[in-house]
Amino acid sequence: MRAYVLRFGRCSAAPERRTVITVAALTVAALALALLGLCQGATWASPAEVLRALAGQGDAVVVITEWRAPRVAAALVFGAALGLSGAVFQNLTRNPLGSPDVIGLDSGAYTGALVVITVLGGTSAQLATGSILGGLVTAAAVYVLSARGGLSGLRLIVIGIAVNAVLVALNSWIVLRAELEVAIAATAWHAGSLNGVNWEDVLLPFAVIGVLAAGAPFLAHAIQQAALGDEIAMTSGVDLPRLRLLLVLAGVTCTATVTAVAGPIAFIALSAPQIGRRLAGAPGVPLAPAALTGAVLLLAADLAAQLLLAPISLPVGVVTTVIGGCYLIWLLYREVRRA
Amino acid sequence: MTVADARLAAREITLGYGERVVSAGLNVAVPDGAFTAVVGANASGKSTLLRALVRLLRPEAGAVLLDGKDVRGYRPKAIAREIAFLPQNLLAPENIVAKRLVARGRYPHQSPLSTWSAADERAVDEAMAAAGVTDLAERPVTELSGGQRQRVWMAMVLAQQTGHLLLDEPTTFLDIAHQYQLLALLARLRDQGRTIVAVLHDINQACRYADHIVAMKDGKIAAEGPPGEVIDAALVEDVFGMPCVVVPDPVTGTPMVVPTL
Ligand SMILES: Nc1ncnc2c1ncn2[C@@H]1O[C@H](COP(=O)(O)OP(=O)(O)OP(=O)(O)O)[C@@H](O)[C@H]1O
Ligand SMILES: [Mg+2]
Repeated sequence: MRAYVLRFGRCSAAPERRTVITVAALTVAALALALLGLCQGATWASPAEVLRALAGQGDAVVVITEWRAPRVAAALVFGAALGLSGAVFQNLTRNPLGSPDVIGLDSGAYTGALVVITVLGGTSAQLATGSILGGLVTAAAVYVLSARGGLSGLRLIVIGIAVNAVLVALNSWIVLRAELEVAIAATAWHAGSLNGVNWEDVLLPFAVIGVLAAGAPFLAHAIQQAALGDEIAMTSGVDLPRLRLLLVLAGVTCTATVTAVAGPIAFIALSAPQIGRRLAGAPGVPLAPAALTGAVLLLAADLAAQLLLAPISLPVGVVTTVIGGCYLIWLLYREVRRA
Repeated sequence: MTVADARLAAREITLGYGERVVSAGLNVAVPDGAFTAVVGANASGKSTLLRALVRLLRPEAGAVLLDGKDVRGYRPKAIAREIAFLPQNLLAPENIVAKRLVARGRYPHQSPLSTWSAADERAVDEAMAAAGVTDLAERPVTELSGGQRQRVWMAMVLAQQTGHLLLDEPTTFLDIAHQYQLLALLARLRDQGRTIVAVLHDINQACRYADHIVAMKDGKIAAEGPPGEVIDAALVEDVFGMPCVVVPDPVTGTPMVVPTL
């Protein structure tokens, strides 16, 4: 094995060399893009100015740390959360199409949030709860409707796509029926946008995603083992029913938390895990490369969204939908031909 | 050996898939430290029985016991340190090299924070040497021949280092020389004190290497015991529906089935 063997006390691991290099390279790319994101704005700040502002010096402190930094941080963290969620569901369904944005979980989370907005008015904690519940109910519905086909069949994907379509229609209907201000807020949000996020908006989601990310290494080992198929996984000691439940809960929470703040941002969850997997040349769908690729993709898409029609800033979801839509068509074409 | 004193046993188990009942009220005692061969016609319920013994299939009635305790009461990793299983159909993930796959056999001995200890490394190297796949260590598993792949999977379950090893048709895909090498390996493991259960289609190989034969027909055990005592023309005719004579194997003296079709 071309691996690094690490042993320290009772901890040990032997990560594949290529995975380590991929993770390091993606981290560098994410940091470089983050710096670019902090420089870029209504006026260009040089990297030196940005670093000084981060240290609390110079005239640009407020602009950089209060206006630009939350948006950059949100793109990184939400991108990572979407990548993680995508990897979780793709492992669960053993299918590159089985990601939360394709099988309707994002739309379901959005439905939950819309209901909270229209019925309760909605604080950010209520919004997050509503969106997580919406995601879980949708996951249960997709699972029950496709139960006979099992978790890893094209059946689940097709049903998920259908459920997604129904929910998208339902969401439009709710928005149309809702009062005007709510409708306007919800539509801008619907496209998936990081415009105008501030530290207050992201504090709670960051905490939730942080907890999930900290738990990821504890699930990664079992996820990897489960890629060997149900039989070998179970007879080698994976508690599959429990693992699946945890994965659904963690995956839905990840994607719904992002949806609650930024609306559904399509296709990051779909594409990041597969790009990360290819870069790392790894078996299964590894979590760390997926999360880092998601962070890089969303930040890059958000920068593009700000630059394309500058000074007008597009919702980042528009950019990811355009890029991801092409990817989805290609993937569907390949899967259907293979099936 | 009876159900009461074997380490691994099934008591009055009823097995099936939904409406279809495959076996009803089956009692099985797996002799400790012995090589048991399960033989029988296609669809006679051999895989079903093995799947129940390794907890993949939940009995509709009765229980599978390890050391007198229902296997369902064990934690998954604890039972996986006692019983390893090689299924009939296997699919390796893409992009995995042989040594990485064998290393996955160490899962029940590992924790999320300790995934490659010195003991893991030793167990994997030993297992690969025993299965004769040391040379294939760096080869992607999907690029191996069927027989090479089968031996890599064999190494994986060996690396699990369990007292019980259950294998469903481990010799399919292997050429005749590798079939006998695998059987000899199983016999060596038995000599080291491990308990082996293997579904075998070649009844002559079963007679030669196994200490105990379980012959299945229509989900029931038609006969069981040492090969010399249970294998005769009448049983083979009954279980496989094939007329034959049984003569002593010229090399080992164990029963040898020669069809008279
Ligand atoms: N997953 C399943 N669902 C429904 N029926 C099944 C399933 N697996 C096996 N069966 C049925 O159970 C019966 C016993 O099958 P089993 O696989 O145990 O046979 P076997 O003795 O292993 O046969 P073979 O030698 O062909 O492997 C067969 O009638 C088969 O059709
Ligand atoms: Mg079988």
